[in-house]
Amino acid sequence: MTLTATALARPPMLAPLSLTLAPGQVTGLIGPNGAGKTTLLRALAGLGTGPGSITLDGAPLRQSARSLAWLPADRDIAWPMRADALVQLGLGPGAAADPAAVAAALAAADAQDFAARRVDTLSTGERARVLLARALVARPAWLLLDEPVANLDPWHRLHIMALLRAEAARGAGVVVALHDLDLARASCDRLLLLHQGRLVADGAPDAVLTPDNLAAVFRIRAGPAGWAPA
Amino acid sequence: MRLNLALALLLVPLAALSLFWDPETLRAVAARDPALAQTLLLELRLPRTGLALVIGASLGLGGAAMQGLLRNALASPDVLGPSTGASLGAVIAGYFLGGGVLAVAAGGMAGALLALGLLLALAGPAARTATLVLAGVAISALGGALVNLGLSLAPSPYALYDVMFWLLGSLADRSLGQLALAAPIIAIAGGVLLAQAAALDSLALGEDVAETLGVSVARLRWTIVVATGVMTGAGVAVAGSIGFIGLVVPHLVRPLVGNRPGAALWPSALAGAALLTAADIAVRLPVNGQELKLGVLTALIGAPFFLWLVVRAR
Repeated sequence: MTLTATALARPPMLAPLSLTLAPGQVTGLIGPNGAGKTTLLRALAGLGTGPGSITLDGAPLRQSARSLAWLPADRDIAWPMRADALVQLGLGPGAAADPAAVAAALAAADAQDFAARRVDTLSTGERARVLLARALVARPAWLLLDEPVANLDPWHRLHIMALLRAEAARGAGVVVALHDLDLARASCDRLLLLHQGRLVADGAPDAVLTPDNLAAVFRIRAGPAGWAPA
Repeated sequence: MRLNLALALLLVPLAALSLFWDPETLRAVAARDPALAQTLLLELRLPRTGLALVIGASLGLGGAAMQGLLRNALASPDVLGPSTGASLGAVIAGYFLGGGVLAVAAGGMAGALLALGLLLALAGPAARTATLVLAGVAISALGGALVNLGLSLAPSPYALYDVMFWLLGSLADRSLGQLALAAPIIAIAGGVLLAQAAALDSLALGEDVAETLGVSVARLRWTIVVATGVMTGAGVAVAGSIGFIGLVVPHLVRPLVGNRPGAALWPSALAGAALLTAADIAVRLPVNGQELKLGVLTALIGAPFFLWLVVRAR
């Protein structure tokens, strides 16, 4: 399903923008701290109030476990539930227990080993993978993920990005906020560059991650040993 | 399910013990005057037992719903102000409307709903949970101050004595009419709360995530606040303020249901009924020739438990 945002704005965090996002792609959302990445993701998920509209294939967005999954960057969980019980909640309020889907989602996020553990006994990175499994479990049409690889070790970062590519390959639309520009370049089909609440570049990774954009927005340049201050 | 069944079975002996307390006296009365014994059971014991079950269930359920809504294990219905509002309403009705059963009950519910109306106005329709709690604390403080003002302006020492004793919370000498008043209100509001179980489970993932799963968080919030307020108003109006059941019971129950806030609703209602019935039996053991006040006993047990929670959460 194509996700269309029309004249979407959240003043003063996000200036009006219009976007059409195609399914089957991984779209990366990049920008420095405070650029408006989380605000845009929340707005795309239909959260908060402000001008503009969101449609899925032309129909106004109706929030449900099947239509979209929103994964906040916040890893706090209010109650010390078991990981598998938490993932089950991703199927929606009152959904029938589906142990097979829960197990599959936990395995996809490489969290199957702690299915029966209480989430308050997990490390931040382990909890992040359980929460990602929660977002995946209903196989939603759209995945809107705020820094899903933060707190993850290098292997799991690559694993999760490969997982998101697989989700796109099954036909889901994926929008993911990232700070790791190398990961963004390697894993995304399209990048949206936000700066001070405005969309300043939109296109293929190589067209967005230009030396000019990197210097102007991130104040960095490619040095001989990785990124260096511009 | 098995937990609910076990708790429901626990209620049977507790209710029987409460109803047939002091069997020697009951038998002696029945031998002399069977009609009097019947009256005693129907018009004194039945309301007391019934109210213990119904109000206990409402306290446990209200606490579980409020903790689920606020995603905070230290929350309880008292936090949002309806308890204090109900006390204030009942005190005013007691002074100015003659203190009849119906007047006090109506005053209690009016006070609870007024406190909630003020809460809605202060926090706004799209209020975040933190705003709601802060507004509730402020309203509780204001209501408490006004109750104390009412006490210090009591028209006579007898009125002061009556109101103070009622504020301590008790189920002694209640009438069938009071049971008939409180039970349906609590049953309806409780049914509304029990129907929110699935939405409360989703809310464990946070308000934003619950919203994207299709839960209308704003509607859920007001449904729980209003149902809890109505229930609290009815309970306080009949029994005075009985603290800590709503705080303690969900804590005891939650680990038994995998810490799912929605799944804790039914067992909290049943365990609340059991705990208050047991406490109301305990206060009938005479201390210094007097019956202890129920609200005093629940606070004596509950407050240390609360402190233990705070220490553990630190």
